[in-house]
Amino acid sequence: MAADVILKARHAAPVTSERRRALVGRGVRLTLLLLFVVLFLIPIYVLLVTSFKPLSEADPGQAWNLPQQWTTEAWRVAWEKLEPGLVNSVLLAVPGSLISAVLGALNGYVLAKWRFPGADLVFTLFLFGMFVPYQGVMIPLVQLMVNLGVYGGIPGLVLAHVVYGIPICTLIFRNYYVTIPDELLEASRVDGAGMLRTLWSIVLPVSGPAFAVVIIWQFTSLWNDFLFAVFLTAPTSWPTTVMLNNIAGAQTVPYSQQMAAAILASLPTMLIYILLGRFFMRGLMAGALKG
Amino acid sequence: MRRWWPGLLLVSPSIVAIAVFVYGLLGWNFKVAMTDQHDEISQGHFVGLENFTGIWDQERWGISVRHAVVFTVVFVVGALVLGWFLAFLMEKGIRGEGGFRAIYLFPMAVSFIATGVVWRWLMNSGTGERAVGLNRLLPDFLQWHWFRDPGWGMAAMAVPAIWQMSGYVMALFLAGFRGVPEELRESARVDGCTEWQVYRHIVLPYLRPVTLAALIILGHISLKVFDLIVAVSGKQIITDVPAIFMWNAVFDSHDPAKGATIAAYIVISVCVFVVPYLIWNARRRDGR
Repeated sequence: MAADVILKARHAAPVTSERRRALVGRGVRLTLLLLFVVLFLIPIYVLLVTSFKPLSEADPGQAWNLPQQWTTEAWRVAWEKLEPGLVNSVLLAVPGSLISAVLGALNGYVLAKWRFPGADLVFTLFLFGMFVPYQGVMIPLVQLMVNLGVYGGIPGLVLAHVVYGIPICTLIFRNYYVTIPDELLEASRVDGAGMLRTLWSIVLPVSGPAFAVVIIWQFTSLWNDFLFAVFLTAPTSWPTTVMLNNIAGAQTVPYSQQMAAAILASLPTMLIYILLGRFFMRGLMAGALKG
Repeated sequence: MRRWWPGLLLVSPSIVAIAVFVYGLLGWNFKVAMTDQHDEISQGHFVGLENFTGIWDQERWGISVRHAVVFTVVFVVGALVLGWFLAFLMEKGIRGEGGFRAIYLFPMAVSFIATGVVWRWLMNSGTGERAVGLNRLLPDFLQWHWFRDPGWGMAAMAVPAIWQMSGYVMALFLAGFRGVPEELRESARVDGCTEWQVYRHIVLPYLRPVTLAALIILGHISLKVFDLIVAVSGKQIITDVPAIFMWNAVFDSHDPAKGATIAAYIVISVCVFVVPYLIWNARRRDGR
């Protein structure tokens, strides 16, 4: 009985100290992580509380205070100012991301499963297009758009985004299609199906996740783009980002309205992120050329 | 043998588009940069590399290059270290990991134009009695003028960029950490390695490709940074970078040759490290 207790004690001592250390370690990590959560949320807090403040309270001196008087007035005005931009952004981002996905699927399928001589070189040359700073093509692009007669409008902007989105969309689909077993395609070939038939009846039915990743990725980049929009569009076609920047840059617009407009402009992509974050993540990882 | 030409045919629209819009326009840009087309009407004549050398005589160019370098160093190092640290805190699994990840990553879903609105406000330059925004939270000796600081203002400009991108780096590193086989760590421990040695000799080598990918991504974002600066400070010279200078040259000075020259420099600076990376990647792909 006594020996039993001693044995247990001997055994228990190192275990508890180790466990305690593990517990402390976990506590420290958790505390640090929570601290970073607070730091990360600071800008969001300020955006939110300021957007609900009346004019008298919306100044940097009171940035940290909660509104004494909550009002949605700033939101109403911001909506009115931003609405044309939001409409333009929808007209830009929805067709843009759908066309991109179709092109990406075709390219990815061929580069993964229906390769031609030099396919690797083509793929690498495509990838460079992902990293090219768009400033480097902007001046001639404006000229080209003018020559094509699409400068200033939304179709021209969609065209630019679709073309410069080809690399990332191709990459995502290619990496996805590489994981489909070759035997599956072989079987379909033996059955006499050609390239398009195989794509249609074997590959596309399992492409859902890749489509989700690409559409979300492209929608987010098109929605958030500022550079192409500012170079390529005329005032009537300004998307949300350009309009928001004009609202925020004007000295006359109250801060509460600027902040409300900033949140409004971010809502669509934030909602997508919250609801479909999983797919958003995969798009991000694809950008790192993994796989 | 399977016929390959239908595949090529299917991809050909994209090949043509990339050839024209990426490579063709890049070439066109270099061509404009080598002319004296300094207004929008004249045709421009070939002047060789005159614009490329001449621009270094302009004070503003020197300033904007220095700014880009300061921004790049602070941003890349900052995002890399913070992203790694967040991943390090989470790699062994922690309760609520999904929630933490979602919060650190969400700035990626929002545009710099939108977040710039609030960052401009937070980084107010008032100090002491007039401290507002972030300075309000800091003790006096830590308060500074943020991006209005004449010497190191660009370091402040990197703060919102780090905020935006470190979650991404975290996700990359987390994937890297999770790629280390647990048996490998365990056997090193059995062999008597301390946790630090395990980290140094087992985990770190596994993180190398991820680190490289993160470096490339952060670096190329950094060298062309534009939206963030526009949103936070507009066209002020105090935060001028090549991309803003180029925008100015095109829209305000109406000088295509100058704009094209700056654009060409941005492209060259990105190519210097992206091209070797892509070639290395392509070789690695072949190797497998």
